[in-house]
Amino acid sequence: MLSKRIISCLDVRDGNLAKSIKFVDTKDIGDPVARAKKYYQEGLDELVFYDITASNEKRQIMLDVVSQVAEQVFIPFSVGGGLRSVDDCAAVLLAGAEKVNVNSAAVKNPDLIAQASRAFGAQAVVLSMDVLRVKPTPEIPSGYEIIIHGGRKAMGVDAIQWAKRGEDLGAGEIVVNSIDADGTKEGYEVRLTRLIADAVRIPVIASGGGGTPEHLYEVLTEGNADAALIASMLHYNEYTVGEIKRYLAARGIKIRERW
Amino acid sequence: MITIIDYKAGNLTSVRRALGHLGLAAQITPDPEVVRRAERIIFPGVGHAGAAMRVLQERGLDDALRAAFARGVPILGICIGAQIILSHSEEGDTPCLDLLPGTCPRFTLDDPRLTVPHMGWNAVDVRQPHAVLQDLQPGDEFYFVHSYYPQPEQADDVYATATYEREFPAAVGRDNLFAVQFHTEKSGRIGLTLLKNFASWTP
Repeated sequence: MLSKRIISCLDVRDGNLAKSIKFVDTKDIGDPVARAKKYYQEGLDELVFYDITASNEKRQIMLDVVSQVAEQVFIPFSVGGGLRSVDDCAAVLLAGAEKVNVNSAAVKNPDLIAQASRAFGAQAVVLSMDVLRVKPTPEIPSGYEIIIHGGRKAMGVDAIQWAKRGEDLGAGEIVVNSIDADGTKEGYEVRLTRLIADAVRIPVIASGGGGTPEHLYEVLTEGNADAALIASMLHYNEYTVGEIKRYLAARGIKIRERW
Repeated sequence: MITIIDYKAGNLTSVRRALGHLGLAAQITPDPEVVRRAERIIFPGVGHAGAAMRVLQERGLDDALRAAFARGVPILGICIGAQIILSHSEEGDTPCLDLLPGTCPRFTLDDPRLTVPHMGWNAVDVRQPHAVLQDLQPGDEFYFVHSYYPQPEQADDVYATATYEREFPAAVGRDNLFAVQFHTEKSGRIGLTLLKNFASWTP
């Protein structure tokens, strides 16, 4: 049987770790490559790098980061943020990533999923979706709506339907990021995760809200998730990968325990 | 020097980087003459068996690989490289290199919740000792991404298995040929150990 995966997401701006990590007073904290290597050595199963660089001129910096990670980190990782074309995707794969992570650009141009899937295989295409809880309407029957541009723009697209469409178009995995849960550290959106996991036959990665190992347990069992994404739990040094994994293993979750 | 065969089948640099990390010299080549003269070969790849065979044939790499195999050179196949060494693949009904008698069936699973491709970390169980697999402990996991798997005709050619609803061969080989279905170059420390073992393997 496959193990449940623990994945960490690193936001990178202009080649440095960004957002939630910037207040931590550690010398190597600003270096995504050093962080990635640390997590790899501690037994993490997979990594996601999200490029939040604003300008296109600085894209090359991200490719350099990807290349350096690939030299030192021997687990799979995906790269997302600002990938708008098959050429953009090819560049990060060539730099050493296993997978690309598409989000806003795929909502605006769903054919990007199909094109990338044809070019690189479904296993290389991760569809990442930001989801907000809304009042159910005929347009959004599930009460979960797709939002793009970092949570700023509602698209009038139902999250469950978008997940199914993404699978049909050739996505190999889906990251379900709950905007409601994100940053709360009060637990994943288990109901949303389960609705999507039960609607598609590709692996679903839960994202947003993970604050304790118990939260991961909930979403990997009740939520039917194949993997859980964590960020601040590791970035703030609140837990180590080993502690989280030992907790999950003790509760009967199949997890990679030796590395 | 380890020669990595370039047949346009995915990211060869990840194998070279893993070897580099281990301090092992490697070259990537599409040239069949270099493959014929190679002292040690890694045959990696992701993608479609039919497309992979077509490029090998176009570049004359199929005959070069057969010649290297006949010469007794240690060869390590990875992922697609562990499939197209067999006689035939169900993927695109493709005649393959036939270095190892057998076929590559697609997963057919009863449990509708199990996805194909089989993608993620799974335990590999050693069935027969092999120099490349030494140091593996029960429960060691490797990273898999595949929809088809190698099924040799002879049970003796299976060195390790993994289980996805049912057991399937995860490492196969014969004589100077050894092949793993999983991405050993992306399987952490134990995956790197396996590459190191291959680099010093004398069949």
